[in-house]
Amino acid sequence: MSESQEIAITLDRVSKSFGDKDVLCEVSLSIRRGEAVCILGRSGMGKSVMLKLMIALMKPDGGRIRIGNDELTQLKGEELSRVRRSMGFLFQSAALFDSYTLHDNLALPLRRLTSKSKQEIEEIIDRVLSQVGLQADKQKMPVELSGGMRKRAGLARALVLEPDVLLVDEPSSGLDRITASEIDDLLLEQKTQRHTTMVVVTHDIHGAKRVGDRLLVLDRGRIAGLGCAEELETSDNEIVRKLVAEQ
Amino acid sequence: MKNVFEIIGALSSFAFRVIVNAFKAPWEFNEVWRQVGEMGVRSLPLVAASGLALGVVMTLHTRSTLVTFGAAAMIPRLQSLSFFVEIGPLVAALLVAGRVGAGIGAVIANMRATEQIDAIEALSIDSFKLLVVPRVIACVLVLPLLTTFMDFCGLLGGFLSEYAESHLSLALYMTRAFTGIVWSNFIPPTLKTAVFGFLIGTVASYFGYTINEGAEGVGRAATNSVVLSSLLVILADVILVKLIFLLFPESAI
Repeated sequence: MSESQEIAITLDRVSKSFGDKDVLCEVSLSIRRGEAVCILGRSGMGKSVMLKLMIALMKPDGGRIRIGNDELTQLKGEELSRVRRSMGFLFQSAALFDSYTLHDNLALPLRRLTSKSKQEIEEIIDRVLSQVGLQADKQKMPVELSGGMRKRAGLARALVLEPDVLLVDEPSSGLDRITASEIDDLLLEQKTQRHTTMVVVTHDIHGAKRVGDRLLVLDRGRIAGLGCAEELETSDNEIVRKLVAEQ
Repeated sequence: MKNVFEIIGALSSFAFRVIVNAFKAPWEFNEVWRQVGEMGVRSLPLVAASGLALGVVMTLHTRSTLVTFGAAAMIPRLQSLSFFVEIGPLVAALLVAGRVGAGIGAVIANMRATEQIDAIEALSIDSFKLLVVPRVIACVLVLPLLTTFMDFCGLLGGFLSEYAESHLSLALYMTRAFTGIVWSNFIPPTLKTAVFGFLIGTVASYFGYTINEGAEGVGRAATNSVVLSSLLVILADVILVKLIFLLFPESAI
């Protein structure tokens, strides 16, 4: 396998600003297939923006983004859909469709994007929901689920199409330590069993060290540190050391 | 703040996108059916109550004048004509603009604010086709049905009021109500509400889909939807009435 085939995500001098605020300034990054990179940084430093750029929910002002061999910034319509189909996104708020049951939240992409039979769809939903421990709750509406359950449900929906790339926005925000650890376990399972490439935005350094092969620290729109936890703990940059140090 | 011309331009382009997407596969039949149920069934009590009340009030107002001129027998016909031609279509559309329009604007804006629309796009599903097109189609389908329901509730209200005053039988009331009524008094005014439905659905979806300002945006989308769609319904009514008179001269009262 050539080096270019091994790279799952490439950001090449990507910039993004909102009004006069530069959120990302010429950020470059390569993520290998099967690798998990956790993005750390203070609030408002462009971590979630970076994730949304990677799935084309936002467009960069400058630079290029590649998913595998596809130039994301050039894609439109059906081509963009094809690339997105290989990706899953867990939103910070889980973003479950609140007028659908949990079952229908998972069934929607399967019905729309695959040619699977009704029985196959039911089997996939049952399997994914049992992975995240929500099989008994599949007829519940999102409003009936707790914060941790919603996060797991959001993860189940992100995994239902078996994505090669999983983007996760703050999986542990608003959750207690034990529930956050359960979510981390599910992410680790994806990484070790399915070799899913993962980009995880998090404030939880403990979880980031467990899940991430590499940690990336964003500060004022630039990469302040990138490497394994041990490397970053001895960084010259004080913000990087503070963010990577265990609380 | 967008100026009026920018909004007109954006809204026209949005409406064109709705029409183009309505004729493009995949068709969201299940979603359309769900929205028809949501909008139609849940609007029925409001439409029925309004139709009955307006029917009673209309008869109370016209009765004294018509009795003075010895034309009490005209009350049912006046009632049916006014409901079929104008009151039913316009009031049903304004009620739907208030109830359904505000609902569509708020629901879609809330989905935008809570990243549900981003989630749909991230799943590589076209959020416009899934959220906007079925709602507009449902509005187009539901409004003529609600208008017909309102017309008959208005007639029923008129009958109840007349029965209380003169003990007129239902059979005689209905015979008088439909005497001299031609299909062009009923069909074109009822079908024009499909245009009202398109306007309500499109305007409400436009504000819901394009406003992205969190909780405040949800309120603004609902308010803007009701105000602009009501205004457009009234303006469109003027044009459509003129058009109906042009195409069906016999329907002019």
